[in-house]
Amino acid sequence: MKTRYSFGGDEHIFAEIDETMSLQAFFKSLSITSAVRESRIAGVTEICPANASFQIKFDPDKISPADMLAELTRLESAADKGASVIKTRIIEIPVLYNDPWTHETLMRFRERHQDPAATDLEYAARVNNLGTVDNFVKAHSGAPWFVSMVGFVAGLPFLYQMVERKRQIEAPKYLRPRTDTPKLTVGHGGCFGCIYSVRGAGGYQMFGITPMPIYDPSQNISYLRDAMCLFNPGDIVKWKPITREAYDQALADVEAGKFAPLMRDVTFSLDEFQQDIDGYNRKLDGVLHGH
Amino acid sequence: MAIKVLKPGLSTTVQDLGRPGYYHLGIPLSGAMDRFALSCANLLVGNEEGAAALECTFMGPELEFTGDATVAVTGAELPARLNGTLQPGWTSFGVKKGDVLAFDFLKKGARAYIAVSGGVAVPLLLGSRSTYTLGALGGHQGRKLEAGDVLPVSEARGAKAGRAVAEDCRRGPGAQAELRAIPGLYWHRVTEPSGRHFFEDSWKVAPEADRIGYRFRDGRPLDFVPRTPPFGAGSDPSNIVDACYPYGSIQVPGGTEPIVLHRDAVSGGGYMMVGTVISADMDLIGQLQPHTATRFVEVDMPAALAARHDRENLLNKVRAALG
Repeated sequence: MKTRYSFGGDEHIFAEIDETMSLQAFFKSLSITSAVRESRIAGVTEICPANASFQIKFDPDKISPADMLAELTRLESAADKGASVIKTRIIEIPVLYNDPWTHETLMRFRERHQDPAATDLEYAARVNNLGTVDNFVKAHSGAPWFVSMVGFVAGLPFLYQMVERKRQIEAPKYLRPRTDTPKLTVGHGGCFGCIYSVRGAGGYQMFGITPMPIYDPSQNISYLRDAMCLFNPGDIVKWKPITREAYDQALADVEAGKFAPLMRDVTFSLDEFQQDIDGYNRKLDGVLHGH
Repeated sequence: MAIKVLKPGLSTTVQDLGRPGYYHLGIPLSGAMDRFALSCANLLVGNEEGAAALECTFMGPELEFTGDATVAVTGAELPARLNGTLQPGWTSFGVKKGDVLAFDFLKKGARAYIAVSGGVAVPLLLGSRSTYTLGALGGHQGRKLEAGDVLPVSEARGAKAGRAVAEDCRRGPGAQAELRAIPGLYWHRVTEPSGRHFFEDSWKVAPEADRIGYRFRDGRPLDFVPRTPPFGAGSDPSNIVDACYPYGSIQVPGGTEPIVLHRDAVSGGGYMMVGTVISADMDLIGQLQPHTATRFVEVDMPAALAARHDRENLLNKVRAALG
């Protein structure tokens, strides 16, 4: 893993930690970008960690591009020595898999899909050798996921599954992007999961929908009043399969201002995780459910 | 004092100089696509340069003023008529209670800026009054204007009528637009001849050109350096592990039609980018109409910084004349 720096015009530095996605690359991106934030370099206007890269926007009238690059390489060597431990949150996201709204949408755009005869869930179950949709849902919701990037549109999390690479769910994007995706669709493209924060175009496979808003520009929803966007890079997500009744109840609770998401503070150690992935994930589940 | 929207035009939004600091959450800068023109409009009417004004695209709105104010229209050549009487562009004029401002057809450019003394007083959201329509955030109810909307305007004395930005300080693209760009980001993914063609070819602005980005077509498709797809990137040679996109970055999905991201950029995604349009030329993109012939011109960092200073000096001349 050798970081590759490139200027994006005269106002950005783009840093690719690795061409390949991995938790190590993501942790290094988090670590350098936190160091940049803490060092409060005059002229830095945006600090954006991403999956296996990061980007800094700066004002070249306040700091020259060469000085900005020198600062980043200095912070990178300091970050390399740091331990891969972060204080973060684990958040449970209820999902109605195989819901009527994404189903209606995927039927509408069937000619843009690799397998027009199957649903996105059936297709993903097949290409991941999981046999049935039930098995696929178990694999999808069985282990937690890292929010490895927030973006594309406001508040949209990219999610990276916390299992060995050979067990990671992979699915290509649609052959041609859809022009419509329901708000709060749980999607998947490549090795990344996502939640569509707003309705709009999209190319990811659609597996279900969550009743839990994750972006609220009007800041009316209780847990989004301060932040507007729920997710930050480094958050951990655990899907919880729910029934249609539970979905309807959650929607009503959101509407009534009573919906309280399940989220807990947690310290995550990459080294400990990698020594025993399943054991560590069970511990995370324990933190989430208070046992 | 308020502005009543009688007709909204094609796509008219409230914009200021934008909302920095939230790109890591996918909330883009937003703000005027032609920041130079917005600053000039505000200076003409006696506002702070970053006051909120109206950005209208391709077609002007019809507006009624409920009080007296100073107004200026800059940017695209979109002739303004106050109660039917033609008003010169890049020049301040007075409006009185009940006056109606309307527009002729667009003659040149793409976006005009209508500044009103005091500034449009929609609520500040995350430090800006700009509209980000994709996220339904900011501006007037997070959307483009509709007939019947009423926009509050702050009380201000306003500069006097007849102030003008000198002709040689009005900035816009030529008939054959040139956008200067620094190659980089994933430039190494394209073959050497393809890289050359990219800067040699004449491109045309596609109809898909909006505040998120401008698409270009009619140049030769890019050839990619062969590779084994990295884990997580996707199988298309133009795919990368999803990353953050710089403003002005030029992505080429499938190697065919370059897209230059603008003020309402999607903040990241999985397409390789060949480089980035320099900051000084971002304003010019906002004035490109569909079908405009455009060339990308390769420059290096010193040239980009020099162009940035030239733009700033031009704005300084306007500031000195109107300040």
